Amino acid sequence: MTITRGARASRLTAYAALVIVAALASAPLWAGPSNLNLLTQVFAYVALATMWNLLAGFSGLVSVGQQAYVGIGGYALFALTMFGGLHPLVALVMAGVIGGLLALPVAALVFRLRGAYFAIGSWVAAEVFRLLASQITALGGGSGTSLPARIVVDMAAGRQAREFMIYWTGLALVLVVIGLAIALLRSRWGLALRAIHHNELAARSNGVEVTRIKLLVYVVAGFCTAMAGALIFLQKLRISPDAAFSVNDWTAFVIFMAVIGGIGRVEGPIIGAIVFFVLRQSLSDLGSLYLMMLGLVAIVIMLRAPRGVAGWLHDRFGFEPIPLERRVTYSSTMHESKPEPQHV
Amino acid sequence: MDWLNSIVQGVLVGGLYAMFAAGLSLIFGVMRLVNIAHGDFVVLAAYLALVVTQALGIGPLASLLVIAPLMALIGYGLQRWLLNRTLGDDLLPPLLVTFGLSVIIQNGLLEVFSPDSRKLQAGAIETATIPLSPDLSIGVLPLLQFLVAVAMIGGLQALFYRTSWGRALRATSDDQSTVQLVGVDNRHVFGLAMGLSLAVVAVAGVFLAVRANFDPSMGPARLIFGFEAVIIGGLGNLWGTLAGGVVLGVAQAIGSKVDPGWQLLAGHLAFLIVLAVRPEGFFPRVQA
Repeated sequence: MTITRGARASRLTAYAALVIVAALASAPLWAGPSNLNLLTQVFAYVALATMWNLLAGFSGLVSVGQQAYVGIGGYALFALTMFGGLHPLVALVMAGVIGGLLALPVAALVFRLRGAYFAIGSWVAAEVFRLLASQITALGGGSGTSLPARIVVDMAAGRQAREFMIYWTGLALVLVVIGLAIALLRSRWGLALRAIHHNELAARSNGVEVTRIKLLVYVVAGFCTAMAGALIFLQKLRISPDAAFSVNDWTAFVIFMAVIGGIGRVEGPIIGAIVFFVLRQSLSDLGSLYLMMLGLVAIVIMLRAPRGVAGWLHDRFGFEPIPLERRVTYSSTMHESKPEPQHV
Repeated sequence: MDWLNSIVQGVLVGGLYAMFAAGLSLIFGVMRLVNIAHGDFVVLAAYLALVVTQALGIGPLASLLVIAPLMALIGYGLQRWLLNRTLGDDLLPPLLVTFGLSVIIQNGLLEVFSPDSRKLQAGAIETATIPLSPDLSIGVLPLLQFLVAVAMIGGLQALFYRTSWGRALRATSDDQSTVQLVGVDNRHVFGLAMGLSLAVVAVAGVFLAVRANFDPSMGPARLIFGFEAVIIGGLGNLWGTLAGGVVLGVAQAIGSKVDPGWQLLAGHLAFLIVLAVRPEGFFPRVQA
């Protein structure tokens, strides 16, 4: 009898992931600027959706206010480069730190609300940040501002070098975010999160510090989401309160990705983001009809297959590319037939 | 006097916020459902009022005779055929399904009515005022809106505590499995509660449409105002939602007096302060 985390599929995933990462890292050699641009957007969205999934799918914190951290990250990047003179890449990491720090006072307030009211409370917090951002006259107030040309020019030697730098930053960011999520979920805190998910009262009575663990997850999500926000607005080179704190762009789309891909599975948001971008490339000309369709798809999935594509693959084929749980495997001499894997 | 004027206006707007809040509070109380599309239903009712007043050539208030039953019907159907399937221990399905509804309604309105802002014309009543003193006068329409809000909350309160139907709603709220043992069909009760909620929303939508310009993107902010009024007033208390609406309206009025850019921010700050110092709200329902 052995206890393992992986199976053959997850070892294959590891090899496949290496190949995919190598291919993506070499993309500047084979892809044009517009494709690099598109891929960077996909990376940012995978990072956002992974963090939303960590909150809603694993920690019971359903937030409709993560656009707060996207906006904070974007504004922090602009402020730190324009007034602090920092290099954009340093500013990007600092933006994450600022996002994580601001998550603490926000949590102190919104954690007083339970369940669905937490969702709307987090939205109010995002609105407050949007309104505050429109009061910062140094960053253009309500109409926003562009990143000054000297900062853009000084970033790297030449236009191409800058594009490559932003692309690789995006790739590094998404790998760090996914890696962080997996590490967190495989740690003892991840185990505690699963215990809370199954029965919060039982977890609490066994000494799991529910509030502290949720706070940890919320701060990590604030950190990563703010970095993704900084990347998004480094790519756009222009920021305004309405764009930076948009609930549609940074939360509604992200929720669609997580729902379609599969809430509560690490690979879900990755699958969801790919599906979302394929749909967007082919259907976005439909405008508001396209958005209505997305809303309908989300409702149907929530009713018919609430665990999304990744959940369906797992239930139907046992496909588990990124296993979080350990399982017991019995050797064939002990049992005639292989028993059901025990999830620990 | 200028300040007093602002505060009075704030109190009267609070009536509208209380209407947003009452519908939200009602369905949360009965089935622990938070309808993310609540504000979008308010805007939908405003557009329905626009269509009905133009098609039938009647005034906005008379149009309520058509719109309130229509919205109630939509609410009942929606609950029976869609939202009832999402209820359970898991928080995500009802939240995300109503979130999807919100996106569908917003973009549907955008598709049909374009993003241009509209307004309902109510005639002479819009500009009529009652002078209280040389410096202070109250608009007839805001006053009517406030009185309707008070009457509506009084009516809901009476319905909840004086009728057998209200008893069924409260019993379902207390324990939805036990009520089934005594012959209450909780799916039907949930449908009725949602119907009632959207009838309240219809009234709020018509007043919103008469008071100011409206456009398809306005829904989420109405949801947030209603939600803030619920939390400020205290969960599970209908009269509390009126107090919450008034606090929110006055905070916004004072904020906009200081600086027009501070109107919304002041409202949110009032909400956050209440959340910080009195998270149970001013008048929470006493839990048995």
